[in-house]
Amino acid sequence: MRALTWHGKHDVRVETVDDPEIINPRDAIIRITSTAICGSDLHLYDGYIPTMKAGDILGHEFMGEVVETGSRSSLKKGQRVVVPFTIACGGCFHCSKHQYSACDNGLPADNQDIAQAIYGQPMSGLFGYSHMTGGYAGGQAEYVRVPFSDVGPIIIPDGVEDDKVLFLSDILPTGWQAAEYAEIEPGDTVAVWGCGPVGLFCVQSAFLMGAERVIAIDHFPRRLDLARKFGAETINYEESKTYEALMEMTGGIGPDACIDAVGLEAHGFFADNVWDQIKVSTFMGTDRAHSIRQAILACRKGGRVSMPAVYGGFVDKFPLGAFMEKGLTLKTGQTHVQHYMPALLNAIMEDKIDTTFLISHRMPLEQATEGYKMFHDQQNEVTKIVLKPGMALAPAPGEKS
Amino acid sequence: MGDVRDSTGRDDAPLTVEKAGGAGAAADKLPEAQGHSLSGKTVTINRPRQPLYDFWRDFTNLPAFMDNVVAVELLDEKRSRWTVKAPGARTVQWTSIITEDVPGRTIAWTSEEGADVPNSGRVEFLDAPGGRGSWVVATILYDPPAGIIGKVIAKMFQREPAIQARRDLRRFKQLMETGEIATSARTRSQHEEETD
Ligand SMILES: NC(=O)c1ccc[n+]([C@@H]2O[C@H](COP(=O)([O-])OP(=O)(O)OC[C@H]3O[C@@H](n4cnc5c(N)ncnc54)[C@H](O)[C@@H]3O)[C@@H](O)[C@H]2O)c1
Ligand SMILES: [Zn+2]
Ligand SMILES: [Zn+2]
Repeated sequence: MRALTWHGKHDVRVETVDDPEIINPRDAIIRITSTAICGSDLHLYDGYIPTMKAGDILGHEFMGEVVETGSRSSLKKGQRVVVPFTIACGGCFHCSKHQYSACDNGLPADNQDIAQAIYGQPMSGLFGYSHMTGGYAGGQAEYVRVPFSDVGPIIIPDGVEDDKVLFLSDILPTGWQAAEYAEIEPGDTVAVWGCGPVGLFCVQSAFLMGAERVIAIDHFPRRLDLARKFGAETINYEESKTYEALMEMTGGIGPDACIDAVGLEAHGFFADNVWDQIKVSTFMGTDRAHSIRQAILACRKGGRVSMPAVYGGFVDKFPLGAFMEKGLTLKTGQTHVQHYMPALLNAIMEDKIDTTFLISHRMPLEQATEGYKMFHDQQNEVTKIVLKPGMALAPAPGEKS
Repeated sequence: MGDVRDSTGRDDAPLTVEKAGGAGAAADKLPEAQGHSLSGKTVTINRPRQPLYDFWRDFTNLPAFMDNVVAVELLDEKRSRWTVKAPGARTVQWTSIITEDVPGRTIAWTSEEGADVPNSGRVEFLDAPGGRGSWVVATILYDPPAGIIGKVIAKMFQREPAIQARRDLRRFKQLMETGEIATSARTRSQHEEETD
């Protein structure tokens, strides 16, 4: 099959690799019909994530058609499914509490050592996201092997097109969970750092959860426009100083809840950020963390900070004093996708949530290399790229061996 | 002789935690202790202890989750013949005798006189607090192949028993909680290579 493979910093290629096969009884093989490039994939593209190996297949936002099932899969051939990016077993203590991204059994036993050493306990597996998260081949390919297919994938009714449901795999539940973690109360003002896909879904979710006002922060005009379409007020941090603007826009109180949807690769030449960049490039630290510092500083006393943004290692100059003195609450984590999928699918079918506005580009899988470059270099114009293997010069039917 | 999880008295951490005193203290708790290096771990499994004990007690099941164990052949009620991988594509064999067997609770064994790698061990199946399944506590005492150098080599091959025991217990947990052992292999031939 054809697949997008990683070879190093800014080097991804579409190559021919062996087709995936059923290995465990609960596996299924999915023929990919739509697969997106994610902001998190850019962390891999930029070479920030350790434990990558040349040839690894990327992609964790995908959906498709079931073409093969193991003896204990509950799926049937021909069903259309969206697959959560978190690989969780459904049977451990954490899964029973619906904390799927904390699943004990998603990672192969040998891969658990690294995560255990860095985080204290191993996390769930992830598709297409380094060997620290399991080394699972991702879905930017024609086919993918999906473990625990009886608990992960959600079946999509016929007639609901791919573009409407694809983002159930990651970013829609991520935005929703982040808004839920912000514990929004009536009358609240919620500030959202970052108007990438995750930030935009945070904006949308925050309003659905009853926020009075949402203030969205970014520097890409097109992305800020999208936030404005949902009713958000905006701050362009290249035009205005974020902290001052937030204080003035909230009568000097600060937002009740702050959501950091930027993460690892916060842009901008802020003093602490430049120092972080120096340290990252000299291996003194791994994370640049301007947005979370600002969120903590701006948040009102006794407020909530929610951090869907991904951080992998250590940061310093974390404003622990402000965090403590103001009595803030911080909630974060990889998304428990499986927990949110059913309700969000319903909301989509009832037209309460639309996610298709986000897609700016659709292209064949064969052009994935170009897609990565575009998404990386032109973030204003490119909000989301969806790769469609079917759009490529299609192989003759039944060619998959 | 007390529980393997007993502490040394200076704090409440069980003997499976690395102690300043080394293997000595723990060795006293093992019946007919064989070997001098201790490795032990506790793992929580979201199932009652009886089915866990039952699966483990049938030693022919062990190669399914113990990476190093090639085969276990049952000789009689108490004795079994183990074939185990050793560094450098070799295998070693020994006969193991059950020294304690409390259904649903404890299995302990020791290698017969003259084993290549003298070893003994004990697995306990306990109720986890708060009704959260079971605690499986495995303690293994062994003499590393060919002394210290053997241990270094073993480490290089990741066949070092402490690492191995930790990973084997995770695989046991996966098998008991999910019915399979997680792998990221994409093809069956990759999978065979990895489990070889
Ligand atoms: N928790 C999870 O499970 C989960 C899932 C998916 C993505 N994520 C993470 O969420 C984050 C956002 O993902 P995305 O796909 O939307 O990424 P993205 O890169 O498309 O969007 C990030 C946005 O932040 C903006 N930004 C950069 N610096 C900023 C600053 N200082 N202040 C305000 N805005 C700033 C950028 O201009 C960009 O528009 C990433 O860290 C990603 O890894 C987390
Ligand atoms: Zn993603
Ligand atoms: Zn689980």
